[in-house]
Amino acid sequence: MSEAVLRERGPLARIGLRSGPEARAPNLMPYLLAAPLILFMLAFYAMPVVAMLMRSVSDPTWTVANYATLPDDAVFLKTFANTFYTSLIVTLVSLLLGYPVAMALVRAPRWAPIILVLIMLPFWTSVLVRSYAWMVLLGRHGLFNEALIAAGMIDRPLRILNTPLATQIAMSHILLPYMILPIANALRQIDPSLLRAASGLGSPPWRTFLQVTLPLSMPGVAAGVLLVFVLALGFYITPAMVGGPREITISMLIAQRVDQLDWAYAATLSAVLLATALAIIGAFYRLPGVGNAFRMNAR
Amino acid sequence: MNGAARGASVSLADLEKRYDRTNAVDGVSLDIRSGEFLTLLGPSGSGKTTTLMMIAGFETPSAGDIAIDGTSVVAMPPYRRNIGMVFQNYALFPHLTVEDNIGFPLKQRGVPKAERTKLVAEALELVQLPGYGGRYPRQLSGGQQQRVALARAIVFKPRLLLMDEPLGALDKQLRENLQLEMRRLHADLGITFIYVTHDQEEALTMSDRIAVMNDGKVAQVGRPEDLYDRPCNRFVAGFIGESNFLPAVVRDLEDDVVVAECEGVMVRALCPTLRPASGSKVTLTTRPERLRFADAWNGNAPQNRMSVTVTEAVFAGERCRYLLRATDGTSIVLKEPSSAAIRRRQVGDQAEIAWSVADTILV
Amino acid sequence: MTGLGMMGARILPATVVGLILLFLAFPILVVIVVSFSSATYLTFPPPAFGLKWYDAYFGSADWLRPTWLSIWVAAAVVVVATLLGTLAALGIARLPRAARVVVAGLVLSPLIVPGIVVAIGIYYAFARYGLVGSPVGLIIAHTCLAVPFVVTSVSASLAGIDPRLEQAALSLGATPRATFFQVTLPLIRPGVLVGALFAFITSFDELVVALFISGSGAVTLPRRMWDDLRFQIDPTIAAVSTLTIVLTVALMWGAHLLRKHAERQVTKQA
Repeated sequence: MSEAVLRERGPLARIGLRSGPEARAPNLMPYLLAAPLILFMLAFYAMPVVAMLMRSVSDPTWTVANYATLPDDAVFLKTFANTFYTSLIVTLVSLLLGYPVAMALVRAPRWAPIILVLIMLPFWTSVLVRSYAWMVLLGRHGLFNEALIAAGMIDRPLRILNTPLATQIAMSHILLPYMILPIANALRQIDPSLLRAASGLGSPPWRTFLQVTLPLSMPGVAAGVLLVFVLALGFYITPAMVGGPREITISMLIAQRVDQLDWAYAATLSAVLLATALAIIGAFYRLPGVGNAFRMNAR
Repeated sequence: MNGAARGASVSLADLEKRYDRTNAVDGVSLDIRSGEFLTLLGPSGSGKTTTLMMIAGFETPSAGDIAIDGTSVVAMPPYRRNIGMVFQNYALFPHLTVEDNIGFPLKQRGVPKAERTKLVAEALELVQLPGYGGRYPRQLSGGQQQRVALARAIVFKPRLLLMDEPLGALDKQLRENLQLEMRRLHADLGITFIYVTHDQEEALTMSDRIAVMNDGKVAQVGRPEDLYDRPCNRFVAGFIGESNFLPAVVRDLEDDVVVAECEGVMVRALCPTLRPASGSKVTLTTRPERLRFADAWNGNAPQNRMSVTVTEAVFAGERCRYLLRATDGTSIVLKEPSSAAIRRRQVGDQAEIAWSVADTILV
Repeated sequence: MTGLGMMGARILPATVVGLILLFLAFPILVVIVVSFSSATYLTFPPPAFGLKWYDAYFGSADWLRPTWLSIWVAAAVVVVATLLGTLAALGIARLPRAARVVVAGLVLSPLIVPGIVVAIGIYYAFARYGLVGSPVGLIIAHTCLAVPFVVTSVSASLAGIDPRLEQAALSLGATPRATFFQVTLPLIRPGVLVGALFAFITSFDELVVALFISGSGAVTLPRRMWDDLRFQIDPTIAAVSTLTIVLTVALMWGAHLLRKHAERQVTKQA
């Protein structure tokens, strides 16, 4: 019993103002410790973001007009649809490419260290550098085109850079580790004796996969899909660097409008983007594994 | 140094600990004598660990008082109580060497480095781990870690040592060795030990006295043999060792012996604590190994006798274990030392069993 | 199943996984190889190898100035974020449940709020505070983004501490203060260090906020790379990229080793 109580209150919970009559007074220490950070983040992060978002309902006067006009706003609708479409494609590609790698990471322990290095190397590299790498690869005189021409498969370079395809490839590459790691986590938690039991009962490998492995890894898949999708919705650097000039994302549209000092519009779009991300997370947060993935998304 | 002064006396008075709606400890009063080895024994959730935590100062009592050597310590923080404590999982500091772990309490007390080194070496000697000072806890086996924890808890010469299931994580062989070692240490140091365990065998072998706890209360306090021979309630009889429980109706009272009708026969029993009225329904308890088949007593069969049918017979090496059915259907367990010279009963055999009045207790 | 079929069943998946891993690592490797090219233009494979582009980088004040700015901004972020984050993590662990959820929600939210929203929010306010185009503004903004990593890392090490270790220290006569400095702090040190490394990299790599608030007075290295990429893709950027890859991978590897070490210390004993 006492152990349960200790765990509940956390480490150091019982140190300090705890003996004698003052033990029943609320302990202020935790609040004092957290206060500097709370004040810092309120002043320099939360309040600025909220103040900016307020422009969407207070500019030019108190109004909901900025939101009311969105459904008829062709630029917004096209951008929003493009952002969703890109995120969807990227999520699907990441899932298709990520699952086999996660399987290999868990089921081939001999290769696991090298696989892990190959996943983490790009993961630890900044988004800017990775986007630049794709510019090098996909450019007009990039490696990809040069190789195809050298192989005699094409005469003139293909236009890949600055198209939606380039965005999809580069974003899939950047977000792939976010898919692999939660799935690998879920796979690792599957009791190996279940798999032995299945094959012992004469189930062929593909059926064991479909009936045992896949269903049991679903929490990881759900977490990975959600993480990748929500992160993809907010992408800015990569589509701006390698994407097409006409197929822009919400984030790019927001940045453009800020450059034009159209704060009301930028704030409205920001609110929509934030609300969409939060709504998606909120809707699926209770799925097993998902909450964890977001807390652990420290790269 | 004289023994009486070396150990602290501890007095718990109507101690209570409430969490929300439950009473983890519900009115415990206990006087622990100077130099005594007292064990708090009970199932999990009985309040024994919470009681220990209140003595150590990690839990604040909701009511009642704790006095050490006659002085209340309830308002005193744990770090000023000067009590040694050994934890269930050893709680050695993983970032410190064995030497620094054991030196930790000395450092807190401002003992100079040279003397610290000397005292640590002595403590390591005492727990038979000389030369292990430079290692880290993770480099030691479970038993060795336990010894280091012990050395750390006594190196600053506390007058009271608390132990919370210190042997729980060890295997049986090691546990038995360390039990003996702790007894020896207790005798050498002469300080007061309060030991918490759920293992009745451990409690019986090591303790001067045992306080059996159940539901936050002390069910019985006494020497191991008292608890075993004279359990004062059904819980203690059932928790310590194995017991038979026989329903009976009181017919007569003679001094401290009660005559009760049980399974159609008259049985005599001791009633150390209760004074039941004639005609009241009671429970009698006996130990399986104190029962014998009547013909095994070689004509000296004691007064209490009963006819039974053998329903199960198990040969278990050093003893035979029989499950018997009495006339009214009550199941009785009988354990008999095995011998090639004794005729073994078969299932279905009719037999008479006999046992002594001194081994029959009304609970 | 025939022997060939068996081999196919093993080789096919291995090939697929191999290709995906190539997809993951190849772009990074290409950048590294290109950085050592002797050509004046991007060609692959390079005609010959050399340190030409590294010379160009180290010889240019236009590159070195942003590099030093990024390094010292990141260093300042490490100090502020680690201090505030560690204190807060200690507090959060001891807060009542409801308060803990609210505070953790605020502190960790930069992990899920889209970067552009954070960036323009900060830009909007910092323009008024006079913090645009100043390193101080960058340090403050990057601290907000880095703090979640410190708090998660320190909280994880705090949660891994057996509460009985602190009890043991108290029972051995250590005051709460001594217990904190001699037991708790050494035990969470790996978590604090990992958090500090994450904080450094978060600031060092950060671009979106920097695009809005670095102005012309506080151009960071990512901002300088971004500006350069608008006009050309010359291999100097490959050299810079390679240097940052080496730096971040080295720091991350250090963080990884620290974590492993801390885990070992705890598990071996249990």
